[in-house]
Amino acid sequence: MRLTIGLCITLALAMISLFVGVTSISPLDLLRGNVDAQQLQIMMASRVPRTLALVLAGASTAVAGLVMQMIVRNRFVEPSTAGTMESASLGLLLVTLVAPGMALMGKMLVAAAFALAGTALFLRILRMVPLRDVLMVPLVGIMLGGVIGAVSTFIAYRYGLIASLGAWSMGDFSGVLRGRYELLWIVGLLALAAYLAADRLTLAAMGKDFTTNLGLNYRATVALGLVIVSLVSAVVLVTVGSIPFLGLIVPNVVSMMIGDNLRRAVPWVALMGAGFVLACDILGRTLRAPYEIPIATMLGLIGSVIFLYLLLRQRHHAAA
Amino acid sequence: MIVIENLSKKYADFPCVDNVSLTIAGGGVTSIIGPNGAGKSTLLSLIARLLDFDRGSVSVDGLDVTKTKSDVLAQRLSILRQDNHIASRLTVRDLVSFGRYPYSRGRLTDHDHAKVEEAIGFLHLDDLAERFLDELSGGQRQRAYIAMVLCQDTDYVLLDEPLNNLDMKHARNMMQLIRRAADELGKTIVLVMHDINFASWYSDHIVAMREGRVAHAGACHDIMQPEVLSSVYDMEIEVQEIAGKRISLFYA
Repeated sequence: MRLTIGLCITLALAMISLFVGVTSISPLDLLRGNVDAQQLQIMMASRVPRTLALVLAGASTAVAGLVMQMIVRNRFVEPSTAGTMESASLGLLLVTLVAPGMALMGKMLVAAAFALAGTALFLRILRMVPLRDVLMVPLVGIMLGGVIGAVSTFIAYRYGLIASLGAWSMGDFSGVLRGRYELLWIVGLLALAAYLAADRLTLAAMGKDFTTNLGLNYRATVALGLVIVSLVSAVVLVTVGSIPFLGLIVPNVVSMMIGDNLRRAVPWVALMGAGFVLACDILGRTLRAPYEIPIATMLGLIGSVIFLYLLLRQRHHAAA
Repeated sequence: MIVIENLSKKYADFPCVDNVSLTIAGGGVTSIIGPNGAGKSTLLSLIARLLDFDRGSVSVDGLDVTKTKSDVLAQRLSILRQDNHIASRLTVRDLVSFGRYPYSRGRLTDHDHAKVEEAIGFLHLDDLAERFLDELSGGQRQRAYIAMVLCQDTDYVLLDEPLNNLDMKHARNMMQLIRRAADELGKTIVLVMHDINFASWYSDHIVAMREGRVAHAGACHDIMQPEVLSSVYDMEIEVQEIAGKRISLFYA
């Protein structure tokens, strides 16, 4: 029931997103067929792809954050606080240098491989360091990300690719056009895969002993989660650039609302992820119209405030 | 029947479980007792394939635990370790439902739902079923974990310190429940116990461990002897018979 309301709100946001822009297109005219060729062209080549990209990237980034939190067993990690995004960036940077002509799909796979390796390294470090404090885990991830990011910056500086590196880390949907977003359908499928594996991932979040006791292979389940997270991160990075905070905030809000049983939580996280990104994008396009505020800036602003609130709340909780 | 042969496990060259051979007969309650660091919990984890062992073998009803598929074993044997910590927000019913995972892979049938309700009722968790684990007291959470393990409905149930976090009343209720599970449901229950008097009162067999080895194993009244207990715990322990049960006195 509540999920239906959430779905309606997200759909409404998607509709608004379709009709916001410099060229005014009225929904009624569109329905009556009362639009000229140029308006139709803008609708199909720019507006629809952009809205689809927002929905797909938003939903899957939020789901990837949730999956990450389950396999790391920590509320405060997401691909951008675990070295995943930075590793994917490094991979993309290297492939851009070595094989600039490679197809986007190939570049994405290289970025995914780097993301996988970086996240696996993060998990390895966590296993080696006995961590008592929940906040230590994201700190380790941010530090690892910082080191990998520094390597990328050094290389990018040497070869004059600083601007590209900056663009990847700043998610922006203004460049989305037909033919340049279709890779994002893959992340939609990955979010679906996360839903199908919901029970296994929920179990993995209970730890190795519980998982083994119930006859499930813990390592295989964590590996599955890692693959989902890495692929989502890589695809989002090469298509629209990284979307910060989303994977952190949405799963935490959903967890407060309905808990962490992924069979229930994944649809909510996907829906709210899409809705949140749509809302931020609409704001970013209207506040300074006809100019745009990049989505990463909007999310960074709103997201950091919510994140701070969650942190302070968790401090209070952890004391119990 | 659980058959353990020449089982060894080392941690950084320290033999935690040292060449243990032991047979735990099917049915009844068996308690493993012994001082800290005797290897009780490690032994339990080795039996339940939570840890890999260096040498030896363990079989449960003829199934070798290292060779049998994990999901097959999960329908025969369940284990609950001590100091469990689940960080995710799950309701009691969610948690207990996961006990059916080995059978239904998350798609619960009517039979599974009935088992879930039965386990929740068995541990008097009906009023708490919709509460999140992080909203419960330590004792309530412990009962929820036990309910999950019972919901798994295995012939063999291994519990590491099941009385952890329980007050006197709940500790006694838990032991009565364990006794009922053995007597009425025909389960074989293996416990790691710190309180030897609780062990004495409710167990059929006791295994006493010391320094990674089985020091003594036998019927309850054979182990609850002053000279046996004194040697296992390295202290003076008196034993008196009260209401037909052997109770140790070591307080003075």
